[in-house]
Amino acid sequence: MRVWAPSHGYPKPRQNGSFLAAAFVLLFLILSASPSANALPAFARKYGLRCSACHESWPMLNNFGQKFKDNGYQLMNEHDSPIWQNPGYWPVTFRIVPLWHRLSSGKQVVDTAAGGSSVGQNEQRITSSGFDLSGLDFHTGGTLEKNFSFYVLPSSDATASFHFETVMARLDNVFNSPWLNVKLGKFELDNLLSEKRILTLTGNGGIYQLYHFVPVGDGNIFGQMGDNQLGLEIMGHSYNDRTRYSVSLLSTSDGQVGLPYGAQSYSTFITGSQAFDAGKLGLQRLGFYAMAGQAPTSWLTSGGPNAAIAGSGTQNKNFSREGFVGQFYFGQHFDVQLVTQHGQDSAWFGQGYGDLIDGVAVNNNTPGTTLAAGSRSPTWNGILVEPHYVYSPQLIFLARYETIRMSQQSTPGTRSDLGNITTYTVGYRYNPFMTSRAGFAWHNEFNLFHQTGTAPLTGSNINSSEVLTGFDFDF
Amino acid sequence: MNRSKRYLLLTAFGAALVGGLGVQAVAQDVPTIDPKPSVVVRPIESHIGNTVGHSESAKSDYKRYCAGCHGTYGDGNGENAVWIEPKPRDFTIATFKCRSTPTGTLPTDEDLYNTLVRGITNSNMPAWNTFTKQQRADLVAYIKIFSPRWDKEKPGQPIQIPAEPPVTMDSIAHGKALFTKLECWKCHGPHGEGDGPSAATLTDSKDQPIRPYNFALAKDDSRFKCGVTNRDIYRIFMTGVDGTPMPSFADVIQPNDAWDLVHFLRTLQVHRHGKETEVLSTAHGVIPPYVDKNPPPANPAPAENKAPGGGQE
Repeated sequence: MRVWAPSHGYPKPRQNGSFLAAAFVLLFLILSASPSANALPAFARKYGLRCSACHESWPMLNNFGQKFKDNGYQLMNEHDSPIWQNPGYWPVTFRIVPLWHRLSSGKQVVDTAAGGSSVGQNEQRITSSGFDLSGLDFHTGGTLEKNFSFYVLPSSDATASFHFETVMARLDNVFNSPWLNVKLGKFELDNLLSEKRILTLTGNGGIYQLYHFVPVGDGNIFGQMGDNQLGLEIMGHSYNDRTRYSVSLLSTSDGQVGLPYGAQSYSTFITGSQAFDAGKLGLQRLGFYAMAGQAPTSWLTSGGPNAAIAGSGTQNKNFSREGFVGQFYFGQHFDVQLVTQHGQDSAWFGQGYGDLIDGVAVNNNTPGTTLAAGSRSPTWNGILVEPHYVYSPQLIFLARYETIRMSQQSTPGTRSDLGNITTYTVGYRYNPFMTSRAGFAWHNEFNLFHQTGTAPLTGSNINSSEVLTGFDFDF
Repeated sequence: MNRSKRYLLLTAFGAALVGGLGVQAVAQDVPTIDPKPSVVVRPIESHIGNTVGHSESAKSDYKRYCAGCHGTYGDGNGENAVWIEPKPRDFTIATFKCRSTPTGTLPTDEDLYNTLVRGITNSNMPAWNTFTKQQRADLVAYIKIFSPRWDKEKPGQPIQIPAEPPVTMDSIAHGKALFTKLECWKCHGPHGEGDGPSAATLTDSKDQPIRPYNFALAKDDSRFKCGVTNRDIYRIFMTGVDGTPMPSFADVIQPNDAWDLVHFLRTLQVHRHGKETEVLSTAHGVIPPYVDKNPPPANPAPAENKAPGGGQE
């Protein structure tokens, strides 16, 4: 649920530092005195467990929460079936964030005078601030019967335009074995470091850049492992969840319904991990992931060379993303999450073939098309490091460093660092109360975003920043 | 600030002070109600094999995972307790269902540890098996801070469990006879379906309604509250389930007789596949009458459906 940046163009308001500081102090005092609320998050109210039982800090899962999820949202205590619940129980939770944020985006293209781009354009930094809203999520999930699970998540942006973020049904513990669970629908990929449970909310800090990276000029949007995907997942785990694996077969559609892209394009996502008991340090987990798929580059058109017909994509080309994941704990208060990535797209994608439907690609691989001489597969490497200091279940400090470096550009002669990304994020979340009924966090975050060489006019670097404070709650 | 404003402020402050004292004077007639003191985490250890747990280390984990049900003070009155059936354990009285020790005695550290690992089926207590061994050992030490019993008493000596004899039809038949003789059916029902004539009246040591275990619902992956295996069943009725009407039969039946009862109870789990049901199926599901060649002197069955141990529980 990140906060999408609004369009720019309105004047920069005057900032008053002392006023803001006073406002923060006031907010803190108000929140410190807040009484407990009686809200009913779906799972916590079903089982009577505090949010902290499953969440290191809501919404990020801890090991117990991960096991609960892996069991199909079941505690496995023979009371998981809804037949054990009061008939009035309805597993619905909503989440939204009213907030204030200040955005500062560098190298925005601006007309130099009234009259439009024909008069002339330059690049300027645009800064704006104000009160805002995140999107709204309606979560409903749980069990239909013992070992039959579901999850449905209609989600909107801040203007209440809805889509289905998640719709899945799952057969759990097939043959009475935790090693075989089958999920069908649209779901989050089995990322150990879940972007859907990310602790940050800003436009650039509220996603893992590694999970969405596309090289400059690349026409492939289908390797975004942070986006929920349509497909079938087989997942298994040991009884105590120390060992986990998953294998998914996905439509190469980046989660879009209606078969809008390739006529026959599929991808796969595979994960595996093993946790180790490191005594007083805690549980350490090491894992890997690999996404490999094919996406179309050739489209039938109707009404023009780039007016692609949905579902007509052929001439599939390959792409892949793979890396390691580490979750390292150093006692009860400090942990570090680590994800690496090596990514590669076919040279065809690198040369601007691919998603013509959304206008991401600029070229159509019609019969007889050949690649420009010397074209290469764009490749890159990235890493994200996210340390947490959990002062208490109610207060977490977090930081993130994420960087992606191109190791090979598709077109020879292109500057080697074009499109490189570096982001820094710091913040904290304070939960003034902790019950099994509601989630509430006072969220504060600052993000710096840097991308190399992508200023639209000058080709210089882009630097953006955002500071955000808000009330992140679910009920 | 000019003189008149200063005078006004001083007057207001004085009035507030006098008013406050007046309120305090009136309030002296009302008994002082102090806030509940914060929990003092006494340094207590637990010993699980080579792992030593420390109560001080589990303070955060207890708050995170346990306090919502068991309460900050360990009295079973967490904010969720009112919604939960069966009610969370009250650590202040230190009575525990799942023990390897005789009825009425404290459990061993490993008993508590195993409960954390296993969870308690048919309750809201999950298996906390994602924790590290150290975390669990620390939590075992922590829950001992709530009761002075841990300072005054030692845990009981774990009971001895003899090797399980082979499952035979004779063993099952004898178990069935014991099931009748010991009046297990009064609570668990003649077919082990938890519907005996006393079932509806049962309460635990805190006067909360409690249901007898329904053997007939069990499937291959089913568990008992205190375990899964035949040894666990043996242990359950030789130690009793303290705090519930399920008594200890250690003084009533001989060890081998207890195994016979285990074998019969397994046949009540009609949806479960096991050695006992295999033996039963070879006899076409009919258990012959048991003929006792050496009848022992009769022992009285437990007379009341009350938890053993009285007020201690």
